[in-house]
Amino acid sequence: MLELSNLEVVYNDVILVLRGLSIEVPDEKIVALLGANGAGKTTTLRAISGLLDVHEGAITKGTVTYNGERVDTQKPSEIVQTGITQVMEGRRVFAELTIDENLRTGAFTNKDKKSVQDAYDKTMELFPVLKERRSHTAGYLSGGEQQMLAIGRAMMANPDLLILDEPSLGLAPLLVEQIRDIIVDINKSGVSVLLIEQNAAMALSISDYGYIMENGKIVLDGEAEKLRNDEDVQEFYLGLHTDESGERKSFRDVKHYKRRKRWLS
Amino acid sequence: MLANTPLGKLSPASLFVVGLAAAFVIFVIVQAITSPATLLQTVAASLGLGAVYSIIALGFVLIFKATQTINFAQGSLAVAGALFLSFAVSDGHIPFTTIANPLLNIGGPSWIPWVLSVFMALFFAAILGAIVERIAIRPMVGQPLFSVAVITLGLEFILRTLNNDTSETEFRSLEVPWGSEGFKIGDALINWSFVVSIALAIVSFIAVFLFYRSRLGIAMRAVAFDQEAAMAQGIDVGKVFAIAWIAGSMLATLGGIMGTQPPVKQTGAIDPQTATIAFRALPAVVLGGLDSASGALLGGLIVGFAEIFAGQYLSSYASTIGAGYPLIIPYVVMLIGLVVRPHGIFGTPEIRRV
Ligand SMILES: Nc1ncnc2c1ncn2[C@@H]1O[C@H](COP(=O)(O)OP(=O)(O)OP(=O)(O)O)[C@@H](O)[C@H]1O
Ligand SMILES: [Mg+2]
Repeated sequence: MLELSNLEVVYNDVILVLRGLSIEVPDEKIVALLGANGAGKTTTLRAISGLLDVHEGAITKGTVTYNGERVDTQKPSEIVQTGITQVMEGRRVFAELTIDENLRTGAFTNKDKKSVQDAYDKTMELFPVLKERRSHTAGYLSGGEQQMLAIGRAMMANPDLLILDEPSLGLAPLLVEQIRDIIVDINKSGVSVLLIEQNAAMALSISDYGYIMENGKIVLDGEAEKLRNDEDVQEFYLGLHTDESGERKSFRDVKHYKRRKRWLS
Repeated sequence: MLANTPLGKLSPASLFVVGLAAAFVIFVIVQAITSPATLLQTVAASLGLGAVYSIIALGFVLIFKATQTINFAQGSLAVAGALFLSFAVSDGHIPFTTIANPLLNIGGPSWIPWVLSVFMALFFAAILGAIVERIAIRPMVGQPLFSVAVITLGLEFILRTLNNDTSETEFRSLEVPWGSEGFKIGDALINWSFVVSIALAIVSFIAVFLFYRSRLGIAMRAVAFDQEAAMAQGIDVGKVFAIAWIAGSMLATLGGIMGTQPPVKQTGAIDPQTATIAFRALPAVVLGGLDSASGALLGGLIVGFAEIFAGQYLSSYASTIGAGYPLIIPYVVMLIGLVVRPHGIFGTPEIRRV
């Protein structure tokens, strides 16, 4: 199980972005982390995978533990070795490398040839499109294919926990469905998933549990089922109701308002 | 490429280059008819010089690919490796010690101990490269690239001083098994060192291309393309830096050894000028494209040909253009090349950084 507790992250020593964030990803579950632009979702992923350094960021409070072990003090390569891999926001495939070579970078931490081959075969089974183009340069793939390559690359390390940062971004509805099904398949093979999304409908349709964050904090969490039926979530994240004024208020304002109302009654 | 472009669509600069190339071809044909032996000798020397430049350029490229910095210390690394070999084969002892070089007593043909000693020098170069990277470059990961480049320039001066202090004499001979021998094709005299340089360049390039397809080589190319994404895959960027410096230092050593022989130098000795071989090869790197191994090969050959041909056929004008003119030819060629292709022949237009 992955546990983030009371995490505080600061960029450039001054910009406080995560303000006491706590989330849990139990084994073999799909957990959704939802939030609008700038909420701090990617920052959360960087904190888990040890990539804050690259962005002049640092954890100033709180801990990240994986199966009871601290990972916030480890290097990115060590974190991958403990079984956590990621699909970065914007795919970030190595455009100048071939598809096969991209996949091999994902297996970098795995020195056992047999298990790399197994992971490779499994990936090819999951993504037949990639198989046909194994020796093509990745830069020529379409956006959807690049997303599949990015997921395939992350699977090459045989992860126990896969974190995906906005995998549906910029993809046509049909492709979003395809990616969603792939995530479900991956999860069924025993891999826990932390799914970071702005597409709440997609994320909540497959996850077991969901967190909604705003301004570096969790403002709501619960079973996915419960979140799907929550009026506010429907209004602000699933786009089922539209505000009369047409203005999207902050989710937190509504919460305060509701709390106050309950308080009065 | 150029062949199926209508000439009218070319920029004036490209036209100029096409014109130069055409003039060169005509010149070569005329020479082939009037004095074939001189031409053959000149071509062989050009290939020899081009090979040495290519080897050194390849070292620059590997380090640039991994770290995005030009390593200005390449020249001193070249001299350090060559000095090591000179101590081992000409003085007959392991450098910094009084232990006799055990490889010299191996027996067999005289070139065997020499070749084994070259491997020992390469091993030393690998260690030196690793140490330098660990002490001076690794702490600078993530710092502005300009600062790192200046650090390599500082390293150049430090290593050059250390080299000069250890070398004991100003001219330290570096013996090679073929001495200054050559062989004849018709009337043309071809020095064996040309052949050795070309062979070493071929081996180096094959090695680098095989490396590029290996696990670590793919990791290096991934780091070159997107450092953060590479880290996210669990690739240890520090390790990639170290490998690049080790490989770069070994290639510098090969270049340094051959840089004491014709056609680079007639003396067969390491002297204070030897370190400048890297600066002579730099135009080849820039011309070929800083991050391209094929570019290093092609750039090295173009510059080698230009320098030797100019030295051979323009010598009667030396009183007008200055006696040292062959040495500026590489930079002239580079300038012309860059006007046409600002990123070098095979260079990636956009140099990414994190
Ligand atoms: N390297 C950085 N330096 C300073 N501030 C940063 C840096 N990276 C992100 N931030 C800030 O941190 C906040 C959270 O950014 P983050 O990228 O984590 O949000 P996000 O939820 O992933 O958004 P999106 O949905 O747009 O990807 C933003 O206000 C952003 O401007
Ligand atoms: Mg983000």
